[in-house]
Amino acid sequence: MSTAALAPPNSARSLFSSVIVKKAIMAATGAALYLFVTVHLLGNLQVFLGPEAINTYAAKLKSIPEILWGARLGLLTLVGLHILTTIQLMKINSKARPVAYAKKANSASTAASRTMYLSGPTIAAFIVYHLLHLTVGSAHPQFSETDVYSNIVFGFRVWWVSAAYLVAMALLCTHLSHGVQSMFQSLGFNHPKHTPRIKKFAHAVGLIYFAGFASMPLAALSGFLPPFFERL
Amino acid sequence: MKLDSRIPSGPIEQAWDQARFDMKLVNPANKRKFNVIVVGSGLAGGSAAASLGELGYNVKCFCFQDSPRRAHSIAAQGGINAAKNYQNDGDSIYRLFYDTVKGGDFRAREYNVYRLAQNSVNIIDQCVAQGVPFAREYGGALANRSFGGAQVSRTFYARGQTGQQLLLGAYQALEAQVDAGSVKMYTRTEMLDLVIINGKARGIITRNLVTGQIESHAADAVILATGGYGNVFYLSTNAKGSNCTAIWRAHKRGAAFANPCFTQIHPTCIPVSGDYQSKLTLMSESLRNDGRIWVPLKGGDKRSPSQIPENERDYYLERRYPSFGNLVPRDVASRAAKAVCDEGRGVGETGLGVYLDFADSIKRLGKNAIEERYGNLFEMYNRITGEDPYTQPMRIYPAIHYTMGGLWVDYQLMSTIPGMFVLGEANFSDHGANRLGASALMQGLSDGYFVIPYTLGNYLASNKLEKVDTSAPEFAATTKEVNDTIARMLSIKGKRTVSSYHRELGKIMWDNCGMGRNAEGLTKAIQQIQALRQEYWQNVNVPGSGADLNQQLENAGRVADFLELGELMCRDALARNESCGGHFREEYQTEEGEAMRDDENFQYAAAWEYGGENAEPILNKEPLEFKYVHPAQRSYK
Amino acid sequence: MNLTLHVWRQANAAAPGRMERYDARNVSEDMSFLEMLDVVNEQLIAESKEPIAFEHDCREGICGSCGFMVNGVAHGPQRGTTVCQLHMRHFKDGEELYLEPWRATAFPVLKDLVVDRGALDRIIAAGGYVSVRTGSAPDGNAISVPKEAADISMDAAACIGCGACVAACPNAAAALFTGAKISHLGTLPQGQAERSRRALRMVEQLSLEDFGACTNIGECEAACPKQIPIEMIARMNHDHLKAAWQTRGARKSGGGE
Repeated sequence: MSTAALAPPNSARSLFSSVIVKKAIMAATGAALYLFVTVHLLGNLQVFLGPEAINTYAAKLKSIPEILWGARLGLLTLVGLHILTTIQLMKINSKARPVAYAKKANSASTAASRTMYLSGPTIAAFIVYHLLHLTVGSAHPQFSETDVYSNIVFGFRVWWVSAAYLVAMALLCTHLSHGVQSMFQSLGFNHPKHTPRIKKFAHAVGLIYFAGFASMPLAALSGFLPPFFERL
Repeated sequence: MKLDSRIPSGPIEQAWDQARFDMKLVNPANKRKFNVIVVGSGLAGGSAAASLGELGYNVKCFCFQDSPRRAHSIAAQGGINAAKNYQNDGDSIYRLFYDTVKGGDFRAREYNVYRLAQNSVNIIDQCVAQGVPFAREYGGALANRSFGGAQVSRTFYARGQTGQQLLLGAYQALEAQVDAGSVKMYTRTEMLDLVIINGKARGIITRNLVTGQIESHAADAVILATGGYGNVFYLSTNAKGSNCTAIWRAHKRGAAFANPCFTQIHPTCIPVSGDYQSKLTLMSESLRNDGRIWVPLKGGDKRSPSQIPENERDYYLERRYPSFGNLVPRDVASRAAKAVCDEGRGVGETGLGVYLDFADSIKRLGKNAIEERYGNLFEMYNRITGEDPYTQPMRIYPAIHYTMGGLWVDYQLMSTIPGMFVLGEANFSDHGANRLGASALMQGLSDGYFVIPYTLGNYLASNKLEKVDTSAPEFAATTKEVNDTIARMLSIKGKRTVSSYHRELGKIMWDNCGMGRNAEGLTKAIQQIQALRQEYWQNVNVPGSGADLNQQLENAGRVADFLELGELMCRDALARNESCGGHFREEYQTEEGEAMRDDENFQYAAAWEYGGENAEPILNKEPLEFKYVHPAQRSYK
Repeated sequence: MNLTLHVWRQANAAAPGRMERYDARNVSEDMSFLEMLDVVNEQLIAESKEPIAFEHDCREGICGSCGFMVNGVAHGPQRGTTVCQLHMRHFKDGEELYLEPWRATAFPVLKDLVVDRGALDRIIAAGGYVSVRTGSAPDGNAISVPKEAADISMDAAACIGCGACVAACPNAAAALFTGAKISHLGTLPQGQAERSRRALRMVEQLSLEDFGACTNIGECEAACPKQIPIEMIARMNHDHLKAAWQTRGARKSGGGE
C-alpha cells in the first residue's frame, strides 16, 4: 500500500472515517448515557421513600409529553450512535486479526474491558425487556399506568425476573467500570496523577451503582418493600 | 595503485570552506536525472539518503534488515561529541580536533579530522531541529557530560539511547523522503556485488532476502555505508547481522582496504558465559567513574569476592596508573584486563573476567545515588547474568566493539574506485588507530549530512557519465558470478554448520589478532585461516535453497567474506611493526608494558589492494603528515 | 533443563502453516531465549531439517528486530524485556512453550516466526517526522525545551518499533506505536508546525494498513518491552480530535498540501 493513496490531510473525510473520531463518539454517547443511568438510579431509589414519593416523581416526569418524548428520542439516538460506532469498530477489529493465536494470555486487561462486546449487547437486550416490563407494561403481570411503586414491587416479586435483573445490572456496572475510565482516554485525557484516581473512581462507581440497583429487587423479594395496599 | 588523498592545501581552518567553494555544482533541475545508490541505512547511510533525496537526486537506499530503523547505529549508548562549548569550559573546534588526532594515536588524517570537528557543531543543530529528545537542563538548555576521559563536557546524550534517538531522527527524515517519492527504500535486500563499467562504479547486484531474487540496480554513483566488520571475531558487541560483505566485495572489485587491523576493544562488557554465547553486551564505560576494578592477588583464588579480604585484592589499574586509575583509555584498560587473566587471576567460571566493584561507592554515596546513575545498566546486567551488582561485584571483560579500519577514501570520501563513496564506520578516515568515546555517531552523521551532499555533486558535475542501464553486459557478467557463488555454497552440503566455522574463525582472530598480537601468532593465524577457508568450501552445510527466505544462506555468504577479511587483518597487523592505539604488538612495548609507536617507519595509512584469489594482497602506503598536532607518546601514569 | 517447544512453521507467505513440536535438550539457564533457539536450529540442521526462521539482530533489546509470542505473551513472560534479552532461568525444566508469530492482517507472516512489519515504516512515512532541510537548522540552544517536555518526549521516543503492542492487542491495533511517535514529536516545540497534519495523516494510515482500533484495555502497555504507557495513546487521541475538529468542513476550501 502506498502513502500516495492518502487523501489530503485536512479533508473532511478524515473526520468521520477516523477510528479515533468513532471511538470519541462512543465515549461521548457513553458519557451521556452514564449521566442518564445516574439520574435513573437516583429517581428509582425514591421507591424507598414510599409510594407517594416515587409515584409523584413519575407523574411529574410524564406531565409534559414534549419533554418526555424529547428525552426518549435523545436517549434512543445516543444508544443508537453508541451501538453504531461499536459495530463499525468491531468490523474493523475483526478484520485486523483474522487468524487467532493458538495460545493467548492476558497480561494487563481487566475482565470488564475484555467483555464490553458481551456486556453491551446483553444490556441492550435487557433494555428492551426492561421497557416492556416497567414502561410499556406488556411484559408485566399487573401493570398500572400510574402506580410505579406497585409495578416495581410486584414486578420484582417474581424471583426469576429479579434474578435476570441482577445479572443485567452486574453487567451494566462492569460495563460502566471500564467505560468511565475508557472515555477519558478516548477523548484524549490521561494524566499520571488523575488517571489512577479516575480508575479507582470508576471501580467504585461500578460497585455503588450495582448496590443501588440491586437493593430494589432484593428489597421487593425479601418483603422489605411492602405492597402499596399493605401499607394502607 | 595511486593514492590521491585530495587533501586541500592551505590553512586547516579554511580548508573545508575552500574545498566546498572549489567543488563543481549540479544544476538543481538536473539533479533528478542522476541516480544514486546508498547501501546501508544507519546514521551515515540514512542521513546521506535523506539529504540527497531532499536535494533532488533519485535515490535508492538498501538495507538487509526489515526496516531502515534497525541499523546497528541504534545500539550506541553513550553520546555524541560536539565542539559547542555550551559549558564554557574551554572547548573549541580546535580542541576536539586535537583530542581526536591524539586519541587516534597519530594515525588519522589531520584535514579529515578537522572537518569532522567543524561539522560536529552543525550535527547537534540538525538533530535538535529534527526532534531528537536530547537531555536538557532545568533551564531548557541542552545538557552535556564528559565522556571517555575527556577534560571538557562536550558529549550530548539522550538517556542511554543516544544512538537510537539520532538514528530515529535520520530514519524519520529518510521516511519523509520516501513519502515524497525522492527515495525508494529496499528493505530485506542485501548487496552482493558491485558493478563496474569503464572503471567507474555504476551499480550493484542485490539479493531479495524474502524471494531470493537476484536483482540489478544501475546508478551514476554508489555510496556504501554498511558499518564495521567487528563480527569477524564472531563474538563482538555488533549486531548479529553486521557484516563486511558489501565492503569486502567492493574491495575485491578494486577498492583499497585501509588499516584493517585497527580494531577497538571495549573494556566493560559482560563476560562470555558458555559455548552457546551468540554475542557480547556492552555496558557504558561510565561505570568506571564509580566502580573499582580488581582481581585476586593470587592466581586460582576461587573464593567468592566477598570472602577475599582487602589486602588480598589487586586493584591493578589504580596500582599501575595512579593518576588516571580506573579511567584510563579503553585500549589500556582492556589490555590490562587481559594481562591479569593471562596470569591466571581472572574471575568467574571461565577465568575470563575481572571484578568491577561498586561496594565502596555505595558505602560513600548511598545505594540511591548509584541507582540513579547506573540503575538501567545494573538492571541490564542482572537480566543477563542473574546476579545483583548492588550486593556483589560485576564481572566484566573486554570485547570487540568498533573497527577503525575500513575502505580507503580520499578527502571527498571517494574510494579508489571512481564513483564509489564510503561513509561512516565502513571507511577508515577519521579515527586513526583508536576512536574516542562518543565520536562514532559524530562521524557517521558528519559524513552523511554534511560531506557527501557536496562531494557527490562535485563528482557528478565534473565527470562525464555515459548513460548506463541494467542491460549492460557488465551487469549480466557480475550477476552470473553472484549466482555461481550462491549455487556453489548450496551444493556443498557438507558436515559442519556455517556458525561453527564462524566461531572457529572468531577464536583464531581473538587469540592472535585481538588485544595483543605478535609475529609468531599472526603468521600461524594466517595459515589457520587459509586452512579453515579451504575446509569451509568443501565441508560447510548450507540447508535449503536460494529461492526463499534462507537465513543460513545469508549467513554463509557473510562468513565466507569474513574468512577472507580475517586473513587480511592478520597480514596488516603483521606488517605494522609497531604498537599504536588498538593495535598492540607485544614485541613493541616499553619496559613498563606500554605501547611503542614507530613514527619514523609507520606513520602511514596502509591501503591494501586485492591481489586475486590465491595471490597475496599488495600494500600501498599513504604517508600521514602532522602539521598541527605533533606526535607524542601517550601517557596515563 | 529440557523443554518442549511448539513452533509455528510456515514456508512462505502463501503457504499454510501449522504448529510443530521440537525438543530442546540441555538448555543452560544462562542462555538467552534466542541462543536456545540457535542450539535447536544447529540440531535441526544436523538432522537435515529446515531450521526455524526468526528475526533478530542486535540481541541487546534495542533494534526491535526480534519478537514472537511465547505462551501467548509478546516477548515472553518477563516484563519490559525483548525476547532476545529474556533468559532461560525464567523457565522451569519440562515446561512446554508455544511460539507463534505476531498475528495481524497488517503483519503478514513471511516464514515461521518472521513477519513483515513494513506497515510501521509507512505509518512513520505518513507524518512521523519534523521536516527540516539538512543544514538549515538554527543553533541547538536557540529554542529552549523545558526538561519535563524533553523527558516525556524521550519516554515516548524510546519505542523500538518491534510490533509487540500490535501483537498483544486483541484488536491488532497499532495505537501505542503511533501514539508514541505523535507524543514524541508533539511534546517538543520543534514538532508543533506539523502537529495537526501528523496526527491526521498517521491515524489515517493506520486504517489504510488494516490495523484495528484501540479499545483502551491496556494489553499493549503490558507487552511493550520499553514500557511505554498508554498515556501516549491519549495524547494521540487529543491531537487527532483537535486536528479533526479544526479542519472539519475544509473539504470545499480545497485543503491539501
